[in-house]
Amino acid sequence: MDVAKLDSIIDSYGGDETAILAVLQDIQAEFNYLPKEAMKRVAEKIGVPFSRVSALATFFASFSLEPRGKHIVTVCMGTACHVRGAPRVLEEIERELKIKNGENTPDMAFTIETVNCVGACALGPLVIVDGNYHGNLTTSEVTSMIDQYREA
Amino acid sequence: MAGVNSVEALEQLIKEKSSTRSADRKYISVCGGTGCLAGGGNAVIEALTEELKGRDIDIDIVRTGCHGFCERGPLVVVHPEGVFYNRVKPKDVPDILDKTVKEGEILKRLLYRDEAKSEFEKEKDVPFYKHQTRVVFEMNGHIDPEKIEDYISMGGYKALAKVFKGISPDEVVDMIIKSGLRGRGGGGFPTGVKWKSTRKATGSPKYVLCNADEGDPGAFMDRSIMEGNPHSVIEGMIIGAWAIGSSEGYIYIRNEYPLAVQRIKKALEQARELGILGKNIFGTGFDFDIKINRGGGAFICGESTALMMSIEGKVGRPRPKYIHTAESGLWDKPTNLNNVETWANIPHIIAKGVEWFTSIGTGDVSENPWGGSKGTKIFSLVGKVNNTGLVEVPMGITLRDIIYKIGGGIKNSKKGRTFKAIQTGGPSGGCIPEKFLDEGVDFDGLTKLGSMMGSGGMIVMDDMTCMVEVARYFVDFLKDESCGKCTPCREGLRQMSEILNRIVKGKGKEGDVDTLYELGRVMEDSALCALGQTAAYPVLSTVKYFREEYDQHIREGYCAGKQCTELIRYAIDPEKCTGCSICAKKCPTKAISGELKKTYTIDQDTCVRCGVCFDVCNFNAVMIPSGSEIKEKLGE
Repeated sequence: MDVAKLDSIIDSYGGDETAILAVLQDIQAEFNYLPKEAMKRVAEKIGVPFSRVSALATFFASFSLEPRGKHIVTVCMGTACHVRGAPRVLEEIERELKIKNGENTPDMAFTIETVNCVGACALGPLVIVDGNYHGNLTTSEVTSMIDQYREA
Repeated sequence: MAGVNSVEALEQLIKEKSSTRSADRKYISVCGGTGCLAGGGNAVIEALTEELKGRDIDIDIVRTGCHGFCERGPLVVVHPEGVFYNRVKPKDVPDILDKTVKEGEILKRLLYRDEAKSEFEKEKDVPFYKHQTRVVFEMNGHIDPEKIEDYISMGGYKALAKVFKGISPDEVVDMIIKSGLRGRGGGGFPTGVKWKSTRKATGSPKYVLCNADEGDPGAFMDRSIMEGNPHSVIEGMIIGAWAIGSSEGYIYIRNEYPLAVQRIKKALEQARELGILGKNIFGTGFDFDIKINRGGGAFICGESTALMMSIEGKVGRPRPKYIHTAESGLWDKPTNLNNVETWANIPHIIAKGVEWFTSIGTGDVSENPWGGSKGTKIFSLVGKVNNTGLVEVPMGITLRDIIYKIGGGIKNSKKGRTFKAIQTGGPSGGCIPEKFLDEGVDFDGLTKLGSMMGSGGMIVMDDMTCMVEVARYFVDFLKDESCGKCTPCREGLRQMSEILNRIVKGKGKEGDVDTLYELGRVMEDSALCALGQTAAYPVLSTVKYFREEYDQHIREGYCAGKQCTELIRYAIDPEKCTGCSICAKKCPTKAISGELKKTYTIDQDTCVRCGVCFDVCNFNAVMIPSGSEIKEKLGE
């Protein structure tokens, strides 16, 4: 873990304890997940108990305490996506990658996650891979979508 | 842009910028909303900029916020004529410049066509837009959200200048009360009344907050306002702070909206540079600035007290509200919280007047701010409807007009799909059946039907939607999002979820529906916050209007919406199958076999009931028997 990078993230908020959530978000954006060591460092530097940091990290759905794959496949499960077949799309992605929602592929290339709405409801069902939106997906398009991200 | 240091200078600036915007200004507006970007909007914008370089054409390219008609993106509108092109690709760009802009020729291939194949040239004539009343969304589609001068050129910050020029805080509060503006985030509480309480409360500092934690799945108007016109929210907040006597503001935005965060951030910087945020604004002695807080993906943080806990850097759990947040909110100080759309309405009310605002909408608010629903409301029209997107309509419009006139009717109606229900109000809302489609949509009307306005999600459901499954979806959603602090919500939702999951698997028991009802009633009476109190509404409303579907699941193992996978089979109708083989090619588990030009069959043991065969068949040959039909069709 790059401690200098970590410290610079924490320091950028000036040790403000109301900014723990923002610090954790930035750490996850940098390191792809929240390493326990990083959370300890946050608690130490901001001067709050580790339990406080841990409570935030486990309460909010967007944090991952485990390492995640290189490509993050986020399936929107919002209502609009749901009625247009998101559960089927998720199942198809699970079949394609041979892992379940919340898991990483053994080669750590992919992780499947779900989110409860990303506010692009007119495009449902919608899947976001590494920040790219794939809208109006049908189950038969899943393989070609995933293939775009596979290593050649 | 250079700053101004007095109201007069701001007025002068507004005058100057407005004069640059004549009705015949030539510009191409390209939608830069999330929906259009997902459809390849960026490439279109790049192509336009690139292609324009080599041509002698005097026209501006404006990358705007969301135009609302996301289904048809990327969208391009050529002004001043207002020629509307949909589903534009980079390869269409040279023709748009050479033919439409230069020669005035309309490119028929890019025009919007409705289901009846009628063509529409102008944006204002497209039925999706024609029946809307755009107030909050007025500028989306015309301004670059990253340029404060664009906002100013269309009358932005005019309301703020008017306030600084001589409307006292009390007068502002009074105007907002008289306007009858009610909270657009779901509560429907009169905004002015809330402001008055916070203004009167003792304690310092006072906070004004913007709730941009738009968590209701199926609603995305706040996202589009922030992405398309961030300054309208900021202007509303400054006016609110002035009226309430606040010096500090916060905008709490979902981290799932990265573009909105970025645009608001930029807009705040520009507002500071201009001199309308900061210390001693225009020498009036009024200090105000706004900070951004990003949410962490918890639905409950849209609840006022949970949101405040989260801003304080704590876990977002609500607290009981014996003492209102107007008196003791963020850090126990008087706090006023309004949602994005509410804030964005404020500048319009101040600039155009109370009378103008109350001329739109329902009821009479002259004596009582609860007496009606005034102004417009933005709905996100999604689900099984042809024209999905964001629509802004006057309060009181009928559901039928929204679905059929603006929405263009039910998707795949040619394949026999029909309307079943419209779900409004987010996870705690309700499902409204066909017989109420002619009811007017406003705060009180929707509540009367057992649903609610909520933040404005409208999800259209067709005959192939199972209402029990819909109820299960919402209950499971809320079960996951319950913060766990109070027992009725935490345990009640868990029990409801267990029962509903059993029913959709065909393992329901007589009496299950009564138990659901009872659980819902207890939660309504005893849960700590609105999440738990209203959590049973999707169940209660579906039981009320679609009771037969619950009974069919429990008694006959029959799912009318043909969605509950354990109660259905997919089978091929030998009389309709042409042997084209498309289903076999698309089947992910290779469960379909047969010979070309002969009837194909589905192996039930390999079939995972994903429904791909049903979707791809062009001959309506895939049947979905359920309940006793399975025996009839398959002899199982």
